[in-house]
Amino acid sequence: MITRRQLIKTGMAGSVVLLAAGFLASPQPDLPAASQGRLVFLQAADAQIIRSLAPVMLGMAGLALDDIVRGVDVAIAHLLPAVQQELRQLFDLLGNRWARRWLAGVHSPWAQATPDELAAFLQRWQQSPLLLLRSGFQALHALINAAWFGNPASWSALGYQQPQQVMGLLP
Amino acid sequence: MSLPDPVADGVASGWRVLDGAAQTQDLQLSCDVLIIGTGAGGGMTAEVLAQAGLDVLMVEEGALRTSRDFRLLEAKAYPELYQESASRKTADKAINILQGRTVGGSTTVNWTSAFRTPPETLAWWGERYGLQGLNPQAMAPWFDLAEARLGIADWQTDPNPNNSVLERGCQALGLKHGRIRRNVRGCWNLGYCGMGCATNAKQSMLVTTIPGALQHRAGLLARARVDRLLPAADGKTLQGAEGSLLAADGHGLTGRKFAVRARHVVLAAGAIGSPAILLRSQLGGAQVGRRTFLHPVVVSGAVMPQRIEAYNGAPQTVYSDHFMHTQPLDGPLGYKLEVPPVHPLLMGVTLSGFGAASAGLMQQLPHLQVVLALLRDGFHPDSQGGQVRLRQDGSPELDYPLNDVLWDGVRRSWLTMAELQFAAGARQVQVLHEQADLQSSWKATRAQILQLPLKPLLARVVSAHVMGGAAMSSQPEEGVVDEYGRHWQLRNLSIIDGSVFPTSIGANPQLSIYAFALRAAHHLRDALNRG
Ligand SMILES: Cc1cc2nc3c(=O)[nH]c(=O)nc-3n(C[C@H](O)[C@H](O)[C@H](O)COP(=O)(O)OP(=O)(O)OC[C@H]3O[C@@H](n4cnc5c(N)ncnc54)[C@H](O)[C@@H]3O)c2cc1C
Ligand code: SF4
Repeated sequence: MITRRQLIKTGMAGSVVLLAAGFLASPQPDLPAASQGRLVFLQAADAQIIRSLAPVMLGMAGLALDDIVRGVDVAIAHLLPAVQQELRQLFDLLGNRWARRWLAGVHSPWAQATPDELAAFLQRWQQSPLLLLRSGFQALHALINAAWFGNPASWSALGYQQPQQVMGLLP
Repeated sequence: MSLPDPVADGVASGWRVLDGAAQTQDLQLSCDVLIIGTGAGGGMTAEVLAQAGLDVLMVEEGALRTSRDFRLLEAKAYPELYQESASRKTADKAINILQGRTVGGSTTVNWTSAFRTPPETLAWWGERYGLQGLNPQAMAPWFDLAEARLGIADWQTDPNPNNSVLERGCQALGLKHGRIRRNVRGCWNLGYCGMGCATNAKQSMLVTTIPGALQHRAGLLARARVDRLLPAADGKTLQGAEGSLLAADGHGLTGRKFAVRARHVVLAAGAIGSPAILLRSQLGGAQVGRRTFLHPVVVSGAVMPQRIEAYNGAPQTVYSDHFMHTQPLDGPLGYKLEVPPVHPLLMGVTLSGFGAASAGLMQQLPHLQVVLALLRDGFHPDSQGGQVRLRQDGSPELDYPLNDVLWDGVRRSWLTMAELQFAAGARQVQVLHEQADLQSSWKATRAQILQLPLKPLLARVVSAHVMGGAAMSSQPEEGVVDEYGRHWQLRNLSIIDGSVFPTSIGANPQLSIYAFALRAAHHLRDALNRG
C-alpha cells in the first residue's frame, strides 16, 4: 500500500492523482486470475492486467500470453528497487477496482474488459495531460514490448533473424 | 570451430580477478591506485598506470562478461550489460538513457563510432572555461595515441543499407556528410556491437586496456559497487573507498562489504555514476552533478521500398554535421545526424504508438530505416543540462528538464530527418511521437511535424551519451576538477571519465574520453612516480 507520506515525497508532477488514488486504494483488488506459475514480482492480479493489455498494446492476436507475463516479470526483476516500487504502485493502482474504474476508465474487471475498452484506456493514458498517467502508459508499453520482442518466438512474424554466419560459432 | 575468448583465457591463466558475488567474507584490500569503474576513462587509466609499475586495482559494479557471454540476444544483453537493463530514465521519465554496466563499461556495448572532439568545442572550453591547455594542437598527440591503441581507422567496407539511406539523403539535399571511423580490428560487419562483440573485433576496454593492465599485475574486482569514498582525518585527502559486493544476479546484495586503501583514487564511474559517488560521500560541493548533458536524441523511421535490414552490418558508418554549423555554437541547438542499429526489442520499446499501427510497422522491420539526430546541449545559455541527485536509497537519478531551446531543436531535426528520408526514396515516414503516424509524402509529414505538441513522454527522446556533472574548470569554485581531472580539494583524488566535460562534446564521446584519459593518466603517472 502506498502511504500518503511516500506519495508526497515522490514529488512528481501529477502526484496529486496518485494521492487521490492513495485514498481510493483499499485492499480489495479484483479477483486474482488463475495461477501463473512462479513469478518473482508480478502477483496474480498484475499478471491478469498484462494478459488483458498485451494483445491490445501489441495489436496482435494469438500471442503466447504466459511467455509475455513471464517476460514482464523477468524484466521487472532486473530493475532497481526504487523503480520496482513505482511499478508496484502502478499495478496496485490498476488492480484497485475504484482506480480501474475512475482513473483508468475501465468498467469491467481486467479479465472481462473488451479490446475497445482497453484500447480506450491505453489511449487516454498515452495522451493524458498528466505526466504521471503518460508515464504509466509508457511503463506498460515498454514492459510488454520488451517481453514480446525480446522473445525469439516473435521474430518470424517480423522477418527478423540473427546472422547465421556467426550463430553456429557461438558456444 | 568456435570463436576464441582471449579474456576468459587470460582469467584462466591467473590474472588477478575477483568476483564480488563469489566472496564468502568481507574484503580488505590495498593498492597504489584504486580505479572505480572500468569504462572508457577507467580502462585507459588502468593500462597507463599498471604499465608504469604501479599497483592498480580496478573495481567495477557490473560483472565480468566476455565474448562467450555475448549471444547476439537483446533479452540477455540488456539486463546483463546495461545500467538498469537499458531502461534508465531521467526523473520525469521523458528520456531513456543507455549506459553500460559491465567490465569495459559503455565501451563494451557501444557502437564503435570514433570522432575526435570537434575543434570548436575545445576552443569554446578555452574561451569560456579557461581550459586553454586542451586546445586542438595540444590534444592531437593524445588522439593519435588513442587511435593507435584502439585500431581507430577509416572503415573500408560499404555502409549497410541503413547508413546508405542517410548518405543518399544527404547527397540529394546537398548536406555535408562523411564516413565514420571505427575502433575495430577484423570486424565481421555483424551489427551487434550493442550486445557485446562476440568476435572481439570491437576494440573496447574489455579486450584492450583492461587485459593490458591485468597483464601488468593489476587487479580487478567485479560485481562490487563503491558506495562511498573515505576521507582521511585531515579532510584534504582520501584513505580509499568502501562498498558492497553484489550477488550473482548482479543486483542483490550478498551482505558482504569491501574496503580498499589506496595512495590515490581515480573516479571513473562515468557521468551520473561518478557524481553519485561524490554525493553519497558527502563530498558534493555546489558543482557536483550539475550540468550533466545527454546529446538528447530524437528519431525518425521510414518504410523503404527495398530491404534495409538495419539489424545487420556495422551500425554507424555515415554521419552529417551539416546542422552543427548552420548556426552559432551557442545559438539554436545544432544537431548531428546518424543512424542507429535496429533490433526487435529496442525498436519495439522505442516505437511510439500501440496496437495495429505499431504492429504494422514492426512487421515491416526488414524495410525499416531509422535516422537519429543528436542535439548538442550545453552551449546555448538556456541549455544547462540536468542535475544528478540521490534517491532515498542512495541510487542516482538524473533530473533533466526538457525546455524550449531543446524542443526547438527537436522540431527542426525531425523536419530535416523526414525530408532526408523522402529524398532518399522512403515510401512512408513517421517521427517518433505519440501523435505522429506514417505519412506518405514530405508535405504531409512536414504539416504533421509542425503541429505536434512538444511535451515530455509524447515525443520520444533517448540518449546514449551521458557527459558532465563533475566539470573541469580553471578556477576551483567553478568546477570539480582541473584540466587533468585532479579534484580541486582532495589531493589524491582524480576524476577521469566522461563526467569531467564542461559541455556536451558535440560528437559521439568515446574518443574524447580516451584522449582526455590518456593525458590525465600520463600526468598522474609522472606525479605518482615522482612522489
Ligand atoms: C549503447 C551505446 C552506444 C554508444 N555508442 C557510442 C559510439 O558509437 N561512439 C562513441 O563515441 N560513444 C558511444 N557511446 C558512449 C560511450 O561509450 C561512453 O560515452 C563512454 O564509454 C563513457 O565512458 P566513461 O568512462 O565515462 O563511463 P562508462 O564507459 O559508462 O564506464 C563507467 C563504469 O563505471 C561503473 N560504475 C558506475 N558506478 C559504479 C560504482 N558505484 N562502483 C563501481 N563501478 C561503478 C559502470 O558499471 C561502468 O562500467 C555509446 C554508449 C552506449 C551505451
Ligand atoms: S559489427 Fe564488428 S565490432 Fe560490431 S559486433 Fe559485429 S564484429 Fe563486433
